[in-house]
Amino acid sequence: MNDTRKVTIKAFRFNAETDYLPYYKSYEMEVGKDELVLDLMNRIKWEHDGSFSYRRSCRHGICGACAIKVNGKATLACKQNAIELLDLFNNEITLEPQSKKRAVKDMIIDKSDFWEKHAAVKPYIVADIEPHPEHETKQSIAEFNNFLDSDLCIQCGACHYSCPALEANEDYFGPAAFVAAYRFTVDTRDTAGLERLEITAEAGQGVWDCVKCFECAEACPKEINPIEKITKLHNLQFEKKVAKSNVATRHAEGFVRSIRKHGFLDEADIVVYSEGYLGMYKHLKTAMDMMKAGKIHWQDGVPFIDNMPKIKNLDEVQKLIEISMTNKL
Amino acid sequence: MSQLKYALFTGCTAKQSTPELLSSTLAVAKKLDIEIIILEEASCCGASHLQDFDEFLAHVLNARNICYAEKLGLTMITICNTCQLNSAMTKHALDKDPELKARVNEKLAEVGLEYKGTSEIKHFLYALIHDFGLDKIKDSVKVPLSQFNIAPFYGCHNIRPSELHEGSNNYENSYVPTSLDELISALEGNPVDYDHKNKCCGFHVELQANHTSEVLAGNAMVDAIDNNADLMVTPCPLCHLKMDTYQDSVGKVIGRDIELPVLHMPQMVALALGCTEAEIGLKFHVQKATQVFTEATS
Repeated sequence: MNDTRKVTIKAFRFNAETDYLPYYKSYEMEVGKDELVLDLMNRIKWEHDGSFSYRRSCRHGICGACAIKVNGKATLACKQNAIELLDLFNNEITLEPQSKKRAVKDMIIDKSDFWEKHAAVKPYIVADIEPHPEHETKQSIAEFNNFLDSDLCIQCGACHYSCPALEANEDYFGPAAFVAAYRFTVDTRDTAGLERLEITAEAGQGVWDCVKCFECAEACPKEINPIEKITKLHNLQFEKKVAKSNVATRHAEGFVRSIRKHGFLDEADIVVYSEGYLGMYKHLKTAMDMMKAGKIHWQDGVPFIDNMPKIKNLDEVQKLIEISMTNKL
Repeated sequence: MSQLKYALFTGCTAKQSTPELLSSTLAVAKKLDIEIIILEEASCCGASHLQDFDEFLAHVLNARNICYAEKLGLTMITICNTCQLNSAMTKHALDKDPELKARVNEKLAEVGLEYKGTSEIKHFLYALIHDFGLDKIKDSVKVPLSQFNIAPFYGCHNIRPSELHEGSNNYENSYVPTSLDELISALEGNPVDYDHKNKCCGFHVELQANHTSEVLAGNAMVDAIDNNADLMVTPCPLCHLKMDTYQDSVGKVIGRDIELPVLHMPQMVALALGCTEAEIGLKFHVQKATQVFTEATS
């Protein structure tokens, strides 16, 4: 059996000091079944071109330095088997930095945006500690488990640079910062939870700008599931009464209002309720277009006219809302 | 093979702004002799937004929906990626966490229901491909779509997070999804290969982060157009609403004229199977799409 596979690997090349534009170079090599993407990068550097640059350090998935993208897929190079990726992409793979627009040299990017956003959520325990404590600060296993998986974050940036909301809005904190915000907010030793919830509730930078694409969950090499933590931060904002009434929070809470009345979401009402009547000017053209196509009708969203379909056994849903709902806006 | 039979969770949009999704789904099922029972008791899945407000309540309501499929002893099929995601997330959470399941069942008991975890939840796209079979769909084509370059737009919530969906989407890889491409090929259309086929449409932040929403939708549509797409097709009515309804405003934000008819997945299948113009319902689109029927059938 042939244990190696002969392939051509493409790599993004760029030196911000000398190149006007990036370019791609191809490297032929034999890849063995146990080799990692990091081994391929080492081979490019050691056997083909000593100037090929990338970050690497621990080689066992702890330092987060060697995160890159392969065919657009977030990849921690020291953890990812190369043959698996070659199989997935039909033997054609291209190594690229996590963010091409932030490239400094080949795979190395300027990660300052990541660190600034990470720092902005106070990713540490804020507490007044006695200089000479007489006992340990104990936590139950359940309290510890609340943040255990979030604590596994290695700040590699895989989720951050896979997040499309960040691509479109540079103020947005991004999934890694939110994981850190969640991790310290639910730590029983910490006292800055409300402050973190307020920082991450802010429009533009906060959790309400999450587009719900689940790219972060897919990208994370430590299987932290950042969007799950983003949902928990959303819930905590209501639980801890940090949520202020605005278009985003009304949009979330407005679902209960619709479901209670109809079982279904009232598509017109949720827009009117979230935006307020004054905010509806933004949606007039869309509303007219949709009306023309027969998607919505003139009565939709008009108070006191109910032409909504209703689910069967609506009373069950009403009862369940009454006995299960815990949060309020 | 015995006749396929499913419980259909329509979701909210198919009952309101995208009636064409429901009519084309039912038309396809009828043509392929698939029996559908609509879950008229099912409520909104929460669309990931109720989940942001009160995750437990969202689990209770989704578990209630699944109970009705369980009562019929049927697999629940969805025709919206976000309904699929939220129903599957509840199923996954309850099936792996007995304590949560007990808390949810305590509430459901008050209305005489019990979540057991006996029904599978599957998007109609995957029911067609994996249960009915691509070969049989191919054999049923009456109107080949060979004149169209069709850009598949997968929509996030059918493919991510992959470990949630792998049982229902047959391990579709979220980075290299193929199901819609294969369906287009089976209908003799030409699948368009483009980078944004598995990216986000921006629908969920339409209100609170409008610029982000428009940019994401625009990137995907322009990528499809630049790769010679005549049409786009999606299994998700929320992607459809974003892509079909907002082409004008999206075009203004990204500085391009966008005119791209967007079909729901069942509309595309219905077209190829020779369903009627009324069943396919192209007149309900904001971006003019009625010509697609004329072109395909003439």
